[in-house]
Amino acid sequence: MSNKKRKQQVVFWIIRLMTLGVVGVLCWILGFLIVKGAGAISWEFLTGYPSGGMTEGGILPAIAGTLSLVAGSIAVAFPVGVFSGIYTSEYAPNNKIVRLLRIMTNNLAGIPSIVFGLFGMSLFVNTLGFGDSIIAGSLTLGLLVLPLVIRTTEEALNAVPQTFRQASYALGATKVQTIRRVVLPMAFPNIMTGLILSVGRVSGETAPILFTVAAYFLPRLPRSLSDQVMALPYHLYVLATSGTDIEASRPMAYGTALVLILIVLIINVLAGLIRARFTKRMN
Amino acid sequence: MKKIVELCVRNVLFVSAAVTTLAIVLIVIFLFRQGVGLFARPAVEEGFSLVVSAGNPVKKLTPQQVKLIFDGDVDNWSFLGGSHEPIEIYRWNEEIPVMNERSIAFIPTQYVSSLPGVRTVDMGRISPGDYFGGREWFPTSQPVPLFGVLPLLAGTLWVSLAAILFALPFGLAIAIYMAELAPKRIHGILKPVIELLAGIPSVVYGFFGLVVLVPLIQKSMNLPVGETAFAGAVVLAIMALPTIVTVAADALRTVPKAAREASLALGASQMQTIFRVTIPYCASGILAAVVLGIGRAVGETMAVLMVTGNAAIIPDSLFKPVRTIPATIAAELGEAPAGGAHYQALFMLGIILFFITLLISISVEIMSSRKRRQEI
Amino acid sequence: MYSIVAEHIDFYYQKFHALKDISLEVEEHTVTAFIGPSGCGKSTFLRIMNRMNDLIDGTSMTGKMFIEGKDIYGRGVDVDQLRSIVGMVFQKPNPFPKSIYENVAYGLRVAGIRDRHLIGERVELSLKSAALWDEVKDKLKKSAFELSGGQQQRLCIARALAVKPGIILMDEPASALDPLSTAKIEDLIFSLKDEYTIVIVTHNMQQASRVSDKTAFFYMGSLVEYGNTRDIFMNPVKEATQNYITGRFG
Repeated sequence: MSNKKRKQQVVFWIIRLMTLGVVGVLCWILGFLIVKGAGAISWEFLTGYPSGGMTEGGILPAIAGTLSLVAGSIAVAFPVGVFSGIYTSEYAPNNKIVRLLRIMTNNLAGIPSIVFGLFGMSLFVNTLGFGDSIIAGSLTLGLLVLPLVIRTTEEALNAVPQTFRQASYALGATKVQTIRRVVLPMAFPNIMTGLILSVGRVSGETAPILFTVAAYFLPRLPRSLSDQVMALPYHLYVLATSGTDIEASRPMAYGTALVLILIVLIINVLAGLIRARFTKRMN
Repeated sequence: MKKIVELCVRNVLFVSAAVTTLAIVLIVIFLFRQGVGLFARPAVEEGFSLVVSAGNPVKKLTPQQVKLIFDGDVDNWSFLGGSHEPIEIYRWNEEIPVMNERSIAFIPTQYVSSLPGVRTVDMGRISPGDYFGGREWFPTSQPVPLFGVLPLLAGTLWVSLAAILFALPFGLAIAIYMAELAPKRIHGILKPVIELLAGIPSVVYGFFGLVVLVPLIQKSMNLPVGETAFAGAVVLAIMALPTIVTVAADALRTVPKAAREASLALGASQMQTIFRVTIPYCASGILAAVVLGIGRAVGETMAVLMVTGNAAIIPDSLFKPVRTIPATIAAELGEAPAGGAHYQALFMLGIILFFITLLISISVEIMSSRKRRQEI
Repeated sequence: MYSIVAEHIDFYYQKFHALKDISLEVEEHTVTAFIGPSGCGKSTFLRIMNRMNDLIDGTSMTGKMFIEGKDIYGRGVDVDQLRSIVGMVFQKPNPFPKSIYENVAYGLRVAGIRDRHLIGERVELSLKSAALWDEVKDKLKKSAFELSGGQQQRLCIARALAVKPGIILMDEPASALDPLSTAKIEDLIFSLKDEYTIVIVTHNMQQASRVSDKTAFFYMGSLVEYGNTRDIFMNPVKEATQNYITGRFG
């Protein structure tokens, strides 16, 4: 083997090992949290209310809170995001305005989540007077995931071959009809992956809800849009750093972390399945 | 009729598309509306005054000097350009103090007129210079809070840059592996793994860092506390990794086949081709990956808040606690009275953060447009 | 003396039978043209000679290919080494995003040559051989992208010459160029013949008749006819060759 070949082998093995190392780190994180959290998870944990200074009981209010925030923010981001994606990929003339819209969407995606928190607090909680509430939190989170929905919608629409649109036009359909009856149905599964991924994002975000909705301890289910709620990620933060008895609430924290991990796992698997089916159909 | 529907739909869609732009404009407006009021505020807590005896030659004091006086670190007027006399401090405790030449008192402004022979010390307003150039962040200290963002800014950059330094070699290695080396099957496994890494909530990373990494670092490095810039950097490196990998792998894939073939046809090995042709070819894309990774790290809140120890000191080592801008906002906004100086100072931090990330977005935009031009 | 000897080569893209039992010999210091309609396998066959087809997934091959007497698909062959003996020029000019000088020096650098003086000499010599020296000698540090299309292609030829290959494969080297640049490339091919064995794939029959000594006509994966260029163009033996040359299909 020549010197050049040997060097290449060494470098490629280093690259492979580094990749393996990162996969190892992921396995370590997941394995650790699953092993530690599995003991804490039970039916009572998932359906009970926290008690004993959050060292016993369950996390039902946090689960319910997160679910309501997911529903609320999707209700905000999904229609706006999908419409926006349709506009930029189907209608937009290739001019400065559209370029500006694109850049702005990218910028919005780059803004840190804590800044969304500040903004949400200032606009929705204080100026519009919603107070700390599901509605303020949902609007804040909705804005946060908007770029994600827009981007996946654009990608899904761009993946639909041009020939289908032309065929529809050739049959005398208008643009709206073509989009509604041909393009959207074909792109729908991939748009759904965007939706699912934003569910994952929303259920894990903490910083934007700190000052817009999240409650430290509120052992009841939300009753209206103007209620404050507990939420899983904030609950984990509280349990990990500022509970009344941090050591005693560790099992609760491991359980909550595992629930969050499971949500992410399920969401990734779901999105992967949909995407695989979609690519199969497109070919 | 059809025409009208078409037109309506088009307009509805356009309005939706404009929402992101509107959101950014609103974010700017609201951050500024809440933040810039800071610089119109007196440096002393509202409703209070600092008074000295009318004969005291010291006319002006900086916020830092006041803090030193009230902490007892400066105890003689001679340090401040006055006569060689010890300083006597009066804090407000619902009693009007008895003043002499050596006294300095912190009292509600309404009582100033009832004290004979005293003069209010000119503290001026909170200046942008003190804010952006200040080296101390003591937002709740009395009588004069100190809002110097340098330690927070330094902490943020320190942790983020260290994180990128850790993440970059691994990110590049994985990107190269995925784009150039991996067999199809392994590529199919790696991609969801990276997506999963990106999907794990930051608070979970923070929790893992807190219960696993922090004790590990403390023990193995023999440190007084494990909550350090190093712990933050490691956690952030893991979190920034998916961004770097995805963007860099995409960039590598845009390199035309012709460039690779030309190199191989000249007898270059695959490795030589990767390092001498493929990577230089998409250098701007890889730079964009790095910059986006930094952006991710700079804005990250919860994980950093949980593992870095949050000491507002300008860092001189990776193995000491630091405090970042996002962590400061998250930790303090809950306790800062709405509309007060502290509250406004935190919104100003938000503005700083916003402009850092805006700068990052714009530079990425410029890099990718340069790449497109090169391809033509 | 034969530079290239192919024996019973069959080639598949997945299930598609792209080359069918091709055998052919190429003499040293000659120009051989491969002609035929697109999809006939002529480029595939060319890329077998420097194992560029290795880069495509799902291909398979049987038969033997000897380059300068060595079975290049045999065991223990260093492919990188092979490719430095067999140079290649592609359809579209594909200079690297580097300076003109660095483009030509690339092959030397990856071969591990560090001697600056030697590299400088070779770069100059290669650019002169490629008839490009006079046009670029004052701007060697400029980006290769600043050259015109025809100049870029000659730069790619110079780049291939710099590693001193014995054989140069050209895959439709003038198809993306204007007539004037094409003429320059053809002159260049003619002048390079004394030192190199050249195989050129082309869809342009005038070009084949102008530059080549021998011509091989491929059709649907088979080598239909192979002989002296003059014979192929003047009195082809096979009817398919006759039809193609007179423009009845293609």
